[in-house]
Amino acid sequence: MATVEIRNVRKSYGPVEAIKGIDIAIQDGEFLVLLGPSGCGKSTLLRMVAGLEGITGGEIAIGGRVVNHLDPKDRDIAMVFQNYALYPHMTVFDNMAYGLKIRGIPKAEIRARVDKAAEILELGRFLDRRPSQLSGGQRQRVAMGRAIVREPAAFLFDEPLSNLDAKLRTQMRVEIKRLQDRLGITSLYVTHDQVEAMTLADRILVMNHGVAEQIGTPLEVYQRPASLFVAGFIGSPPMNVLDGRIDDRGEAVLVPGGQRLPLPRPRPTDAGRPVKLGIRPEHMAVAAAGFSIEIELVEALGADTVVYGRLPDGETLLVRMAGIPTVRERDRLTVAPQDGALHLFDAVTGRRIE
Amino acid sequence: MKTTRVIDLVPHIVLIAGVLIFAYPIYVTLIGSTWDSGTIGRGGLPLWPGGQGAANYAQAWAGEAGDRAMYTPVRTMMLNSLVMALSIALGKIAISILSAYAVAFFRFPLRMAFFWLIFITLMLPVEVRIIPTYKVVADLGLINTYAGLAIPLIASATATLLFRQFFLTIPDELLEAAKIDGAGPVRFLIDVVLPLSRTNIAALFVILFIYGWNQYLWPLLVTSSGDMETIVTGITKMIGTGESANDWHIIMATTVLAMLPPVAVVVLMQRWFVKGLVDSEK
Repeated sequence: MATVEIRNVRKSYGPVEAIKGIDIAIQDGEFLVLLGPSGCGKSTLLRMVAGLEGITGGEIAIGGRVVNHLDPKDRDIAMVFQNYALYPHMTVFDNMAYGLKIRGIPKAEIRARVDKAAEILELGRFLDRRPSQLSGGQRQRVAMGRAIVREPAAFLFDEPLSNLDAKLRTQMRVEIKRLQDRLGITSLYVTHDQVEAMTLADRILVMNHGVAEQIGTPLEVYQRPASLFVAGFIGSPPMNVLDGRIDDRGEAVLVPGGQRLPLPRPRPTDAGRPVKLGIRPEHMAVAAAGFSIEIELVEALGADTVVYGRLPDGETLLVRMAGIPTVRERDRLTVAPQDGALHLFDAVTGRRIE
Repeated sequence: MKTTRVIDLVPHIVLIAGVLIFAYPIYVTLIGSTWDSGTIGRGGLPLWPGGQGAANYAQAWAGEAGDRAMYTPVRTMMLNSLVMALSIALGKIAISILSAYAVAFFRFPLRMAFFWLIFITLMLPVEVRIIPTYKVVADLGLINTYAGLAIPLIASATATLLFRQFFLTIPDELLEAAKIDGAGPVRFLIDVVLPLSRTNIAALFVILFIYGWNQYLWPLLVTSSGDMETIVTGITKMIGTGESANDWHIIMATTVLAMLPPVAVVVLMQRWFVKGLVDSEK
């Protein structure tokens, strides 16, 4: 159990800067998810915490101790890899016990710790099997068992569920959450799956191009995305983004096509400013007046329906409605955003305008 | 129906013919080792076993003087060959695993230069460098020693390359998991890499043991005393040149004995090899 502090950490590969200064302090027992698209540097950051990648600049401290120059084994961390990385020639028991054996822990205690982890993960029946005799989900559990028995200061998960099928992934996600609640060990979890991020995280660090776009709780990130990138990355289907301009009195946003959407509070200082306007599909509803769309596609998901509409000026507008479809393709529909559902972003920088 | 039978038959006939062609000389050797030298000498060797087998093998094994010459006992030559073949096989495997491990898992200056240096030795057969090699071994005082027999043949580019290719298939994550578990390079080698290489080692051992056992030119050069004679050179020395008559019965018995260790290695290791394949742990 420990805090993990990442202070202005940078990573360069030659002239290419992969991580451009990340700062975050992870509380003891906190579950932090590093979320971002492929190549955003999230795995690199995790591997720097693990000690598998060198640190170009800044400091990483685990439990108050700067670990920049410590070997992975001395950092008191355990890692779960995407492809499990189990030793194929060892039994499940030996896989879990290996790290303890190297550390010279007495046999009886190894036995006790592995048995306990096996019980938590329901692996007791498989202790004598080889990884090749296990299913993907079971292997993933063994990989977690190997991390648990170490009783480390922090868990590092590198996309641990990406190799599992959808159903198992959901199941393992719940298991990881339960496990972390039960053990209370500080965890860093890398994923590109927003559902994993939303459900597991205490806080999410959204990364893009080596920069932290936003750090916040899942709901903060959803309700108040700090940038257009975050707005587009979190939420499914993604947020609608329209070009707009704040009117001359600072009371409403004008969008092409003549729509005038009133702002929740007037912002006279921004009068006339061009903006990007974000509205989540689930915050649109059928209304008497508003955006007039021609429906191009209707996706019925069962519990809800996603409607792809086209605005008169050619832009696509997504609307998510509850329940089974009540409209058909080529229907015309008028929709409007609900109160307080507008997100404003700077037209140039893409940062949120509060 | 009829055509399929013919089609089935043809490969069998070819196969049997092949086996006969390959096996016949060995059969003749086996038969020859059971007759007395007179029968063989007259050129009228029958195709059925004679009664002299036990005596011939005992004579060859113990190295009592033949009818016409003195020979090094087979037991001495077999021991020498065994030591040489095992040293070469095990030495080659050990050296090439270590060098392949270095080239595959470590980043150090001139890594690829070393790799190519090893690779380049593939292009020089033993015979080409035999005089400098002899000079080095002689200067080191290793003539007529087991070390002199085995060490110059131990370095192996082929095995190094094979192991390197295999090591490159071991996923990086496994190395990283081991690092986090606290295993250093030596532990990783012993606990993870070697067990995973078992089948490769077994296969190479078979090939290299036979390679070592069948060495001819080098042992011929580097040994001069009968005590250090290996069986392959020993057999050729038994066969006189020109007009002298040979103790064919002892030569043939010796040849049969010389075949046994390689056959044993193939048979024993083949089981191992297949077992390794069936386990398919990788």
